[in-house]
Amino acid sequence: MKNEYDIIVVGAGPAGSIAAKYASEKGVSVLMLEKDRDVGYPVRCGEAVSLAGVEEFVKPDPKWIASEITKFSFISPDKTEVLIPFEGKGIILERKIFDYELANSAAKNGTEIITRAYVNGLLFENNSVAGVKYEFRGKQYQIKSKIVIGADGVESRVGRWGGLKTFSDFRDMESGVQITAANINVDPNTCYFYWGSEYAPQGYLWIFPKSNGLANVGLAITGDIGKKRSAISYLNDFMNNYFPNASVLSSVAGGIPFTPTLEKIVNPGIMLVGDAARQINPLSGGGIISGMIGGSIAGKVAADAIISNELSKIYEYEKLWHDRLGKRHEMFNRIKNGIYKFSDEKYDQIAHSLVGLPDEKRSLGNVAKRAVINNPSLLIDVAKVFFSK
Amino acid sequence: MVLLIEIIPDKCDFCGCCVGVCPEDAIELKEAEIKIIEELCTNCSKCVWSCPIEVLKFNFDKTAGKKNEK
Ligand SMILES: Cc1cc2nc3c(=O)[nH]c(=O)nc-3n(C[C@H](O)[C@H](O)[C@H](O)COP(=O)(O)OP(=O)(O)OC[C@H]3O[C@@H](n4cnc5c(N)ncnc54)[C@H](O)[C@@H]3O)c2cc1C
Ligand code: SF4
Ligand code: SF4
Repeated sequence: MKNEYDIIVVGAGPAGSIAAKYASEKGVSVLMLEKDRDVGYPVRCGEAVSLAGVEEFVKPDPKWIASEITKFSFISPDKTEVLIPFEGKGIILERKIFDYELANSAAKNGTEIITRAYVNGLLFENNSVAGVKYEFRGKQYQIKSKIVIGADGVESRVGRWGGLKTFSDFRDMESGVQITAANINVDPNTCYFYWGSEYAPQGYLWIFPKSNGLANVGLAITGDIGKKRSAISYLNDFMNNYFPNASVLSSVAGGIPFTPTLEKIVNPGIMLVGDAARQINPLSGGGIISGMIGGSIAGKVAADAIISNELSKIYEYEKLWHDRLGKRHEMFNRIKNGIYKFSDEKYDQIAHSLVGLPDEKRSLGNVAKRAVINNPSLLIDVAKVFFSK
Repeated sequence: MVLLIEIIPDKCDFCGCCVGVCPEDAIELKEAEIKIIEELCTNCSKCVWSCPIEVLKFNFDKTAGKKNEK
């Protein structure tokens, strides 16, 4: 372990590991600090991703693929089911193994990793972030760096200390709960989404099947709904009504910020990636792939800034992120603001009109089209997302 | 300010959701340890509404207690 590093990454989730991997690949020195005992555990995630999205970063490996998804099922409040073939291929990850693999790939490139290292402050020099303070096994340490990458997930305190607004409005924070359960008898190649006030108002409930009859069942609701009723009570009701014979093998809670990316994700000496930067897709709540995309851009930009000895170059990351996904996420956010406020009747209407369509016309694009029929201003956004390239 | 937010530590999953919504940065979450920093907390309740598993609660009894003290 050195006294000083070029880059310190805080948090060893997918965004942090990929940032560390891409930075260390360029030969700069990188230290990654993780507060938990194990990288990748506990798994606070539904674990659903598109295969193509993962392939950009790692070669698919059966070790971390729990199942393959070829269809979506949307279930409306009156229990009308609309089945839609997925144009690409989805997978349900074994995130514990997946996250390990990502951290391992960073380590192979030279990143040093310390777990049980809780970062509790930043060091500053000339108004620029210049390292971190951390606690390891009850002792306090300080370590300097030229750049700190905050990859500390939904709780994201690192950015705040570096002058970036990282907290989320409680109305935008989806409070999630999920169980992994046995005896969930659903199609192993279909992801199920339940909409409406019974399941998850201002959010949705999901069933993502894993192999061997296991599935992740979870839901997320906004803090606005949580004011009246908690996420866990919705999940308990659902399980009692729909899967009374399931055995729960594990359960987790977690927050998902359904917002566009923060306005500022860079300050002198500090960059934010993944959930810390709010790089989640605000419509689906998926943040693994987008966090890895953010992490890869930030890691490369940070290393280049160090190599060229021009630290101000880290600001390029903001624009590169915005061009790659940030602008798209703003559009998804507008769609979300329309869709998630629909009444139960509206969800039912949409489902009824889709059920009547022949199979070949049931695409995600059509779902979106139907969803916006009563809210034409959304149409432009939806069209951009689904029909343009 | 008297801290009115209470945590039931045994139930906490250490998920960080409450930390992400606290406008005052008043919640500290280590590996398996959570605490609210009393001097920073404004009792706004946002953490209570966001906790997915009902670990946090707003303690009205304390307000009553405070009024009685006067
Ligand atoms: C219930 C639920 C279901 C979800 N389902 C899906 C899904 O199906 N598909 C999908 O794509 N996304 C899903 N997500 C979102 C996804 O899990 C996140 O977007 C993703 O994990 C973000 O990666 P990250 O690297 O930014 O953060 P994280 O994976 O959260 O990693 C952050 C890391 O930083 C560490 N850390 C935090 N603070 C400190 C500190 N002070 N010092 C040191 N270390 C620190 C944490 O321990 C953690 O390991 C879901 C989320 C939840 C809660
Ligand atoms: S009550 Fe408000 S200020 Fe206090 S810990 Fe909760 S969110 Fe933070
Ligand atoms: S939101 Fe609830 S479960 Fe999560 S860390 Fe806060 S108190 Fe614990």
